[in-house]
Amino acid sequence: MKPRSLFDSSPTPPLLSRGEAKALADRVLGMAKADDTQVNINSDWEGNTRFAGGEITTSGESTDTGVTITSTIGKRRASATTNILDNASLRRTVDLAERLAKLAPEDPEAMPALGPQTYTPVNAFIDATANLGPEGRANAARKVIERAGEVGLEAGNVFVAGFLDVNGGTRAIANSKGLFAYHRSTDVNLSTTVRTPDGTGSGWASAGARDWSTLNPGALAVRAAQKAVASRNPQAIEPGAYTVVLEPQAVADLVPLLGGAFNARSADEGRSPFSKPGGGTKIGEKIADERVTIYSDPADSDLLAAPFDGEGFPIGRHAWIENGILRNLTYSRFWAQKKGVAPTGGGGGFGGFPGGLKMAGGTKTTDEIIAGTQRGILITHFFYIRALDPRTVLLTGLTRDGTFLIENGKITRSLKNFRWNESPLFMLSKIEEIGRAERTSAGQVMPTIRAKDFHFTSLSEAV
Amino acid sequence: MTTSRRDFIRTSAVAAAGVAIGSRTALGAPLARVQPPGSDPFIESLALEGLNAAKAAGASYADVRIGRYRRQFINTRERQVTGVADSESFGIGIRTLVGGSWGFSATSVLTRASVQQTAQDAVRVARAAKTVQRHPVQLAPVAAVKGSWMMPITRDPLEVPIEEKVALLLAANEAALKVPKVRFVNSGMALLREEKTLATSDGTLVTQTFVRVGPQFSATAINNGDFQSYSEEIAPRGQGWEYIESLNMPGNAERWASLAAEKLTARSVEVGRYDLILDPTNLWLTIHESIGHPTELDRAMGYEANYAGTSFVSPPEKYLKKFRYGPDFMNIQADRTQEGSLSRTAWDDEGVPADNWLLIKNGIFNDYQTTREQASWIAPITGVKKSHGCSFADSWGTVQFQRMPNVSLLPGEKDLVLDDIVAATDRGIVIKNRGSWSIDHQRYNFQFSGQVFYEVKGGKITGMLKDVAYQARTPDFWNSMDMIGGARSYWLGGSFGDGKGEPGQSNSVSHGAVPARFKQVNIVNTGRTS
Repeated sequence: MKPRSLFDSSPTPPLLSRGEAKALADRVLGMAKADDTQVNINSDWEGNTRFAGGEITTSGESTDTGVTITSTIGKRRASATTNILDNASLRRTVDLAERLAKLAPEDPEAMPALGPQTYTPVNAFIDATANLGPEGRANAARKVIERAGEVGLEAGNVFVAGFLDVNGGTRAIANSKGLFAYHRSTDVNLSTTVRTPDGTGSGWASAGARDWSTLNPGALAVRAAQKAVASRNPQAIEPGAYTVVLEPQAVADLVPLLGGAFNARSADEGRSPFSKPGGGTKIGEKIADERVTIYSDPADSDLLAAPFDGEGFPIGRHAWIENGILRNLTYSRFWAQKKGVAPTGGGGGFGGFPGGLKMAGGTKTTDEIIAGTQRGILITHFFYIRALDPRTVLLTGLTRDGTFLIENGKITRSLKNFRWNESPLFMLSKIEEIGRAERTSAGQVMPTIRAKDFHFTSLSEAV
Repeated sequence: MTTSRRDFIRTSAVAAAGVAIGSRTALGAPLARVQPPGSDPFIESLALEGLNAAKAAGASYADVRIGRYRRQFINTRERQVTGVADSESFGIGIRTLVGGSWGFSATSVLTRASVQQTAQDAVRVARAAKTVQRHPVQLAPVAAVKGSWMMPITRDPLEVPIEEKVALLLAANEAALKVPKVRFVNSGMALLREEKTLATSDGTLVTQTFVRVGPQFSATAINNGDFQSYSEEIAPRGQGWEYIESLNMPGNAERWASLAAEKLTARSVEVGRYDLILDPTNLWLTIHESIGHPTELDRAMGYEANYAGTSFVSPPEKYLKKFRYGPDFMNIQADRTQEGSLSRTAWDDEGVPADNWLLIKNGIFNDYQTTREQASWIAPITGVKKSHGCSFADSWGTVQFQRMPNVSLLPGEKDLVLDDIVAATDRGIVIKNRGSWSIDHQRYNFQFSGQVFYEVKGGKITGMLKDVAYQARTPDFWNSMDMIGGARSYWLGGSFGDGKGEPGQSNSVSHGAVPARFKQVNIVNTGRTS
């Protein structure tokens, strides 16, 4: 049930060790005839347990190992993927990638393959997580259900739902120029939603980590249940621009969505919020409150992200926004060369920020920030966020599972949920307080934020 | 190294006795002709091995799915190809019921020993789940069936030479780049062929082949620090290459791109209430979000509470056969048999035959979407004891659960088209194509946008608008519908990527619609700059 070695006598599929991944990559490279060949190997195990109505509804486990072969012939390139790992299947997949590459038109932006690289070692694989089997997951689900039931009892028999998801994975990249990169990691996420039997209250809490032993299912259940009880009988207030206190999970719903906008090429091409009128980018300009610092660093002990991207390019620490100044955008190797700057890795940024994401926090707890708030709205998390305008990263979405009015430093009322139309970029310019940062999921750290003039546009009856 | 794989290929070739190995397994090698593939004795014996091992380990019920997914993606920008990628994924998923609790396990290693181990793992997962159980699962009856089926196509998109695909896309881009101010064009296509064998301990053994294609096109125009994009609403379909050819992307791209340029000069909308005329290219997604999802029975019962949310159409006893969703002429059909649609099938992942039924009948909420586990929950109200056949998994590696069938607005009796509705409207806005979409977790409050917006005054289109989104409450919105098009104006849209469940799964689903008018809908402006 847990990840096992490829050479384990058990037939259960593997998470490849470094040596096993290297051997598999060498086997593929030995079959290749293209000018350049890159092999990406992903070996994954997942175990999950889902619950609702106080019982486990579905649970399962899955293992898979995939090999992607990218062949470059001159400036022509294509890739083919298989998860059938015998020599015959690997050979025909290599052949297919090479055949497709020959048929593809020349890519004027094709960059030469990287030679051997040096990577910062990142230990992101935790045995306690990898060993969390179905019995352990069921026990955690039971604990959440029982604790939430106890705490929620004052509202009656609460409805408890949730999800515990555990992943182990290895990533390996090798190419015909001698590059070899290997990284393995675990992550686990536990979330729970508690609903009151009258249908008017709902609370949610979530936590994620590389290390299962750092999560506390009981504490999570208590938080969600307390929110459910407190959120009963929400009242409507007029939509409009309000000061908001966003808990770290709510900040985590918004700030990472800036990732796409950080693509340097789009900025240079004039189709990004970071395009400078008349040409160029806004790097070096103030784009946020001076207390805002956002960076990626795979070796940061709170992040522990993969230290290389999909091409095997090493990922280091990158400050994106530092003290409110736009410090960098994500540069692919091609665009970096064209612009004469250093690439950041991450394939140019369409996939978001490479190397985890951390928004630097302050010292105040969420409670202390609430206590210092004259009038505002406390947000637990957001739902169904979609882009409205790429020029400003204007988004729409809804509040969910615990929205409260703060008056004179105290939570005074449960509020009906809102739809909002707002940009995280606008929000980062309207910061009043930045509180303590915490890990919101594996590879991500976000603080509590108080910001003014957050635009709520309509009410939602949804509980 | 995995000798197991080599064993499998060898065994498969031998077992298939005469079927060329290349035609069944080789990536890129000639695929089976466009006809239902015959049975594969090795695959079937492996499936039965899984069933037997699950039963021996203590399962009261088990099903085994062996799936092979082949996908190809081609993406371009302007005059270059940005990606050509081909992938295959092959594996087995085993679901077991032990003492009324589900357990699931999946592996990509297809040897007998691995399949036996996976079946035992699935039973172990189910036993663990049984320790946190309140209501044992009960399955609705279904007749055992044996057979095979393939989505009808005339040309397998994965067999079309890559040069032909690239040439089509680059020709479309070239045409688009003729339009002044259009600087960027992206086009692409996603092509899928999925072979799936299902065996259940009830005696069902079926093999199905699905083919789906999803072309894309968008253009961006730039002008003095402003930019506007336009994405053509090209519906993905459960069809072959013939569908992509029928779109004539190279012949239409210039017209599509000119809309991006025209948006640069469009007037920003004034907020307020307007009569809203939605083209089917926009309305299909509104149907999906505000009718498709709330009528999923697992949502209504709280099974999605921790993620996608619940439903305002709940509890069933309060809403079924009573709740007025919209006007009398509103009929919403769920259908897994519709030609060309994405969720067309012969049997679902529990072996239940494809069904079609009305979710909304003459404006009244009539029925939910169900699986075998769910049918009995509402049978006393609906009188329907069988499953509607909505159980699907997006991969061999994920467990099947309730997924949306094609859900469509049936045409009205009058032979009206969009122009007729415009002509009958004094002050309104026409919206085409999907833009931004967002809806709350009980499916009440939604806000949808589009790609192009036209102002209507005195029965005529008077100009283009921008920054438009409509925001409404689902029951108010549908009850404000006062005109719909006839059969001639019906169009089938859809999505490859409908997300639901934890861990998240992606479902392909189509939605048919006719143009429709909605009275006095709230219009918001999305063009804020600070």
